[in-house]
Amino acid sequence: MTIIGGKGVPIEVLLIEDSPGDVRLTKEAFRTANPSIHLHVASDGVEAMVFLRQEGIHTNAPRPDLILLDLNLPKMDGREVLARIKEDDLLKTIPTVILTTSDAEVDIAKSYQLQANCYLNKPVQLDAFESLVKSINDFWLTEVKLPGNGTSQCT
Amino acid sequence: MQIIGNNGVNIEVLLVEDSPGDVRLTQEAFHGANPAVHLNVAADGAEAMEFLNREGKHAAAPRPDLILLDLNLPKVDGRQVLAQIKTHSILKTIPTVILTTSDAEADVAKSYQLNANCYLRKPVQLDAFESLVESINEFWLTDVRLPQRV
Repeated sequence: MTIIGGKGVPIEVLLIEDSPGDVRLTKEAFRTANPSIHLHVASDGVEAMVFLRQEGIHTNAPRPDLILLDLNLPKMDGREVLARIKEDDLLKTIPTVILTTSDAEVDIAKSYQLQANCYLNKPVQLDAFESLVKSINDFWLTEVKLPGNGTSQCT
Repeated sequence: MQIIGNNGVNIEVLLVEDSPGDVRLTQEAFHGANPAVHLNVAADGAEAMEFLNREGKHAAAPRPDLILLDLNLPKVDGRQVLAQIKTHSILKTIPTVILTTSDAEADVAKSYQLNANCYLRKPVQLDAFESLVESINEFWLTDVRLPQRV
């Protein structure tokens, strides 16, 4: 068993996001907030599931400690990705944070119905975005006790 | 539509906790962190379900915006309370945060299996406990978009 984030063990975060600009900003904000984070990127819902199931080009993908999931994605929608994660006995314990520009009540309600762990609005302002990434790091990767590596992994 | 926490609308938090000392500390910490938080307390798992189902003396209970749930509780265990919340079509959307002294991996894994929204260890040190309550307030009641009350 590894202590997540301790003793130089990287924290594996999977960002599922199709906007290259948002990917870059998230990378930069995490690098500032916590250098032990490995940020992996899937740019659509299909690639996210390939990563999580360690298929194809992602055969050697690590199991993420945390997933950041946009709702509006090409190929496979974020709601569908969320439903698949939370219906999978091995994947469902990975905390999955919705990070989206949508503040529609219907998206919020639907995400919690599908057992998203929490729902965050992606701010448009750059400094507000950086501060939100810091909050995610401070709360999810510092305060929260994350589940162990599950049963599918032996690292 | 109510904007939670704005315009003088209380934020309803349900604390499910059997230790009177921990209840008092949580009340005081929330009072310091956010005066808009209205902390409701259920002292065991059976009372928590009565509160959530608005039964008996809790017929007029508000729907909580957030639930803080201890695992080891009299009458109905916290794991069972969590399972009941997260399989209930109306209650399942209420974010449910496990707040417990247990750091057993089995409890952590089981809680996420049952769809706990997150798992927090209750620190023994008083200042660490106060700081954790502040973090809960800053993240869950400030950054997070909570579902509407239904």
